[in-house]
Amino acid sequence: MVPADCRYTKEHEWIKLDGAMGTVGITDYAQHELGDVVFVELPKIGAKIAAGQSFGTVESVKAVSEIYSPVSGEVAETNAMLGNEPEKINQDPHGAAWLIKIKLANPSEVNSLMDAAAYQSYIAEKQKETSA
Amino acid sequence: MSDRIKKVGRHVSQNEGLIFEKSSPGKRGMELPPLDVPPTDAAKALGAEYVRTGVEGFPEVSEIEVVRHFTRISTWNYAIDYGMYPLGSCTMKYNPRVNEFVARLEGIADEHPYQPVELSQGCLRILKTLENILIEVTGMDAVTLQPAAGAQGELTGLLLIRAYLESQGNPRKKVLIPDSAHGTNPATAVIAGYAVENVKSDAHGGIDMARLAEIVTEDVAALMVTNPNTLGIFERNISEIAKILHAKGALLYMDGANMNALTGIARPGDFGVDVMHLNLHKTFSTPHGGGGPGAGPVAMKKILEPFMPMPVVIEKDGKLNYDYNRPKSIGRVKAFYGNFGVLVRALAYALAYGPGMRQASEDAVLNANYIRKKLEDVYELPYKLPCMHEVVFGDARQKKNGVSTMDIAKRLIDYGFHPYTTAFPLIVHGALMIEPTESESKEECDQFIDAMRSIAEESATTPELVKTAPHSTRVGRLDEVTAARKPILRWKP
Amino acid sequence: MRYLPKSDSERREMLRAIGFDSFEQLFQAIPEAFRLKRPLDVPGPLSEMEIIEYFRGRAAENSRGYTSFLGAGVYHHHRSVVADALLQRGEFLTSYTPYQAEISQGTLQAIFEFQTLMCQLTGQEVANASMYDGSTALTEAVLMAERLTGRQRVLIARSVHPEYRQVLGTYAKNTGLRVEEFGFTASGQVDFDAVRKAASDQVAAVVVQSPNFFGVLEQIPALAEIAHGCGALLVVGIAEAVSLGIARPPVDADIIAMEAQSFGLPPSYGGPYAGVIATKDKFVRQMPGRLAGQTTDSQGRRGFVLTLATREQHIRREKATSNICTNQALCALAATIHLCLLGKQGLREQAEQNVAKAQFALAQLETISGVRRAFSGPVFNEFVMEFPRSVKMIDADLLKNKIIGPMALGRFYPELTKRGLVCVTETTTRDEITRLVEGIDRALKVPV
Repeated sequence: MVPADCRYTKEHEWIKLDGAMGTVGITDYAQHELGDVVFVELPKIGAKIAAGQSFGTVESVKAVSEIYSPVSGEVAETNAMLGNEPEKINQDPHGAAWLIKIKLANPSEVNSLMDAAAYQSYIAEKQKETSA
Repeated sequence: MSDRIKKVGRHVSQNEGLIFEKSSPGKRGMELPPLDVPPTDAAKALGAEYVRTGVEGFPEVSEIEVVRHFTRISTWNYAIDYGMYPLGSCTMKYNPRVNEFVARLEGIADEHPYQPVELSQGCLRILKTLENILIEVTGMDAVTLQPAAGAQGELTGLLLIRAYLESQGNPRKKVLIPDSAHGTNPATAVIAGYAVENVKSDAHGGIDMARLAEIVTEDVAALMVTNPNTLGIFERNISEIAKILHAKGALLYMDGANMNALTGIARPGDFGVDVMHLNLHKTFSTPHGGGGPGAGPVAMKKILEPFMPMPVVIEKDGKLNYDYNRPKSIGRVKAFYGNFGVLVRALAYALAYGPGMRQASEDAVLNANYIRKKLEDVYELPYKLPCMHEVVFGDARQKKNGVSTMDIAKRLIDYGFHPYTTAFPLIVHGALMIEPTESESKEECDQFIDAMRSIAEESATTPELVKTAPHSTRVGRLDEVTAARKPILRWKP
Repeated sequence: MRYLPKSDSERREMLRAIGFDSFEQLFQAIPEAFRLKRPLDVPGPLSEMEIIEYFRGRAAENSRGYTSFLGAGVYHHHRSVVADALLQRGEFLTSYTPYQAEISQGTLQAIFEFQTLMCQLTGQEVANASMYDGSTALTEAVLMAERLTGRQRVLIARSVHPEYRQVLGTYAKNTGLRVEEFGFTASGQVDFDAVRKAASDQVAAVVVQSPNFFGVLEQIPALAEIAHGCGALLVVGIAEAVSLGIARPPVDADIIAMEAQSFGLPPSYGGPYAGVIATKDKFVRQMPGRLAGQTTDSQGRRGFVLTLATREQHIRREKATSNICTNQALCALAATIHLCLLGKQGLREQAEQNVAKAQFALAQLETISGVRRAFSGPVFNEFVMEFPRSVKMIDADLLKNKIIGPMALGRFYPELTKRGLVCVTETTTRDEITRLVEGIDRALKVPV
């Protein structure tokens, strides 16, 4: 599933805009690759991040993945529920399991991200590679 | 299935709870001789605020209950004493019992590290003798026995490199590590204060020489190489690699985890290595004991000797002593002199073989190649170059039926073996890393081969059986996800 | 060779199966120039009997027959032969790290029990499955505090074991940590004023040891207040674990770094031992070292697995909390069995005996003219005495009577000349203490 109202990164993060605020999470493809999520590490509120910079990690039993920010800005909110229910990332990665809300420093950065169609082809390519 | 399984392998399915669940107030398993001095009221002697009332929840059981408890749970373990551990790069060889005996001798086990040197000549002689043997085996100039394990040895090696380069004017910024390396390598480099740059392997699994020549600059302190590498393949270009590094003033560090292929055959000091660690719990037979203790001595070329951890054992007129006058030393990596008890066992092993250590390496390489030959038609071999003491297959053929290396490994348990190393090295997707060691007889190797061939067939005909293995153990596959999400790390009443 | 289970005919058969006729061919991959053309120049081969002879020979060159009053981080305590018999079972001795949980439940359950015992002893919420030893455990605890607070200054008491401090120094050099020492007072406890003065919002940890190197117990709750007051963590090192049989557990500390050697491990000339880190649940993800966790299989059966592995080097690689791969599993097992045998009452009794012996020895030593207790603080089984002349000279005289006497402190603390550290445990007899006193008395009467 690749919601149309979001933008996507090559590292499989999604961002949904609401004016100058963006909600960020990881995609369904990413959670599937990771397997059962056991722990999520999120930044502090107020932290300033640059586009492409890592702001946290998502852990499965055997692997740790960095999460990279699609945009630059300041962390306004983090999803407290994930502390107790990291499995929500597997269940609802595009909805209830959003990771952070960020106040965009430079809204035009979003334009360089993939739209839903582009991301769809991107992951189709990736899937072809791994099954080759 | 039972007629296919030729090995003895069943566990005793004893139900046994935690020791705390057997506890009952007033029971005890050990009694002390009576006090021969006046008793003291601790609260009065120390002050009431320094004294506790008791240790809540501490077990209270009798001697026989302790014996039964640990005997029973021991039967749930696989062990070398039962059969092969084909674990790659772990070198699970026989742990000779005479080593245990000598480590426990009165006059060996009870020596205190701070007792006078005149009363420790026996201990020092053990250290010196082992040092000399390791110097000869590695082809180096000096050795430190202080590091407590391989990872600590690696750190010591990198700290030596840093100290040396600092003395030359510039400690430099980064360490190069092949993508096939064990995880301790990059972790250690970071603790030593270096940035890590990954070096890709070429199509044959060795270091990409062209790429290496590009990335070795004067910012590079060292390359950490494992040789043979984690695919079991000897780096043919090792002395070229050393030349490239030395030309730019960088050093070559070797992870000695795979020394079992080289002991008595070739010496790292002869092919350009500047510093390396050994894993005595691998190559030198000291017991793993469920995860440790080990020892990770570091052997080095002359240029690094001034920086060795201190103290250093020296000999003068037949008397041994410690030299603390080492102004350039990197300091201590551990209290006291190293894991002496482990060093005793390693020395006993070396003395048992003498120059015959070579034969052990030959048998180890023979076993690995024999297994490779007998399995290469049923499992994918991603790298075709000759292997030494270990061989790495891939699970590509079995993956077609959805069977992964992890499933095959779990099914191997039903055949009476411990699994091989799965999913490492990272450069092979779905790796099966197999190291039989010289301790395996032809019979054991043949049984292992039969088991693996049988599982390959099962993967094609009855894959579900493999995917849901093991079927014959006390517990099935355990829920590691919940264990990580909601960790329970201690018993509570 | 008895460890090699192959006959020459079997070797030939296997070579043929590979398509080779000689061992030489197995090593073709190694360039000719590097292949050794001569046998290794090493001693041996020795038969089993000869190996035993060799080590008996070395044993005879050590300290057999001497009575020792040494402590200083390594302690002589009673060890049960029962524990040793169980430890030597092949299933424990020759088993691997429990990565394959289904066939390692013995090891994993024992680790889980060890973790529990360590929590019960220290009063902390979670403990790991052991680190190399007390010195590296303390270093790892400090690095943990650095990660948790994001701060770079560390205040460490001089009364922490000198070698532990040296190890920290080696590790700190490359991490940007600034380690600063603070002193002690006439009581032997840390100088509270010095700590208060040095405390700031740059401090990651205040580090003390209790009982400290002088054998003196520290005031943990008060120190915790100072540390927490500036947002730092309190790290407490423990070298003599038996003290926890009677001493108030350091619950106010944030991280404990303990050496478990006293629980059934032989002194073994410095190792192998077993370090432990114990801490609060909220810090667990920054704690290094292996952890065994309880879980269930698909049938609901209880089992144990290594867990929270993502902290470790084989997954995090560059970002690991530590580079440690090994734990001291067999040593931790020895401690676990030992503690189960001793039990609640046994440990209490053992600790009380240590206190009684130390108080007796103190009193006896103070009857010698010119000899007095150096520090006034409360002690467990070790204490510092001040002598009217050099401890080295006294010790040289004592050696003639096969006594290894007090450890001279001058080598570690230049200002503490003529002071020696004396350790007595439940293994020290009254007779031995009396002989020590008589020996010192005689030594002091020898004309200089």
